[in-house]
Amino acid sequence: MFRGMKFELESKIKNKFVQKVEELSGENLSACYQCGKCSAGCPSAPFMDILPNQVIRLIQLGMKKELMNSKTIWICASCFTCSVRCPKGVDLAKIMEALRQIQLRQNIDYGKPLNLSKEKIGELPQIALVSNFRKFTA
Amino acid sequence: MKLAYYPGCTLKTQAKNFEDSAIASFEKLGIELEELKRWNCCGTVYSLTSDDLMHHLAPIRNLIRVKEEGKSKVVTFCSMCYNTLKRSAIRIKNNDEDREKINNFMDREEVKYEGDIEVLHGLEVLKNEVGFDKITKIVGEVHEPPILNGLKIAPYYGCLLLRPDEIGIDDPENPSILEDFIYAIGAEPIDFPYKNECCGAYQTVNEVNIVVDKAYNIINNAQRMGANIIITSCPLCEFNLDKRQKDIKKKYPNFKEIPVVYFTQALAVALGLDPKTYRFDLNYISPQAVLVK
Ligand code: SF4
Ligand code: SF4
Repeated sequence: MFRGMKFELESKIKNKFVQKVEELSGENLSACYQCGKCSAGCPSAPFMDILPNQVIRLIQLGMKKELMNSKTIWICASCFTCSVRCPKGVDLAKIMEALRQIQLRQNIDYGKPLNLSKEKIGELPQIALVSNFRKFTA
Repeated sequence: MKLAYYPGCTLKTQAKNFEDSAIASFEKLGIELEELKRWNCCGTVYSLTSDDLMHHLAPIRNLIRVKEEGKSKVVTFCSMCYNTLKRSAIRIKNNDEDREKINNFMDREEVKYEGDIEVLHGLEVLKNEVGFDKITKIVGEVHEPPILNGLKIAPYYGCLLLRPDEIGIDDPENPSILEDFIYAIGAEPIDFPYKNECCGAYQTVNEVNIVVDKAYNIINNAQRMGANIIITSCPLCEFNLDKRQKDIKKKYPNFKEIPVVYFTQALAVALGLDPKTYRFDLNYISPQAVLVK
């Protein structure tokens, strides 16, 4: 009986995570049929630990911890290549943003983007700094 | 013809070469760019989540400024500003509930935003308002043959001019507006598959290595296809492709440097404008020898 309860509870938590991603991204996760086109064209894929199509699969399976600890969601550069290529119209860039937001909204920054040296700040154009802070800070 | 102009932050500082060459070239082509009397940073990236209305305030306030000046269109040159302003404009135009909320929040603004401002990119103005034929004609009158005759230019689009579809100024996979522009200024475009591949964007702040590899691939590809120079319309792409060549050289010692300029700098040269408007001092790899013979 306890095992049954645990399973039910777990699937409720998982559903909450899936729901949250769908709500934040506005995308329908079950539309993805895992063709892999997003990963094939993603210019950041060589630097990722979980490929873009796998990200969707892991969300469907409710594997929040694996996703939240992955480098992938922070390596994605919001280039929208996947968004224009997905044959099912899934906007993966929005899903990546939803995952980043789930962490940032707990007031946890990614890395320490605000600890930049003076030289670096002087060298970088404003749009690099502002966009970086927008993507990586709470 | 006068057009309201939104510069954005970077065109006022590190990308002053973009602004000065744009204003001077447009003037020569009969378009006076009138900078908005008041404007603010657009936020640089379009907010991608469904509920985050707060980050649409910055772009929409700029569109209110355009309305206050009695205009219905605004032109910008930075690809990031263009993408952010245009996507927010579309979202707020097509979504009644968002529009009402955002207007209620900005209750101190004297003008309400009704979704009625059109956001244009400078390249669209050159194509649709001036016309590439007219540019060809003027460039031909300045010098015969055109000053840039024989120069092989790699058109680098990057991401935000083309994607997503709803705001793209051209086909996201197979664009040609920059190639047409290059023909119009009397030079020759080269075709290279990396022309719309991401340079790594804001990863340049904390993942220099990723940007170095991406920029290396893009530049290498353009060089293999015979380019003498690369043009772009985004100050972040320019930084990653031009200034990061210093870091590329460290990682790939055989790498050969190539100048990267804003499309408006090439235009100003082709139009024979005062060299002061080129502001080559702000480009890392000097384009002087390649562009000005
Ligand atoms: S391209 Fe679309 S359908 Fe194919 S795996 Fe990626 S998200 Fe799924
Ligand atoms: S938006 Fe992100 S996941 Fe999609 S192709 Fe670009 S870097 Fe890859």
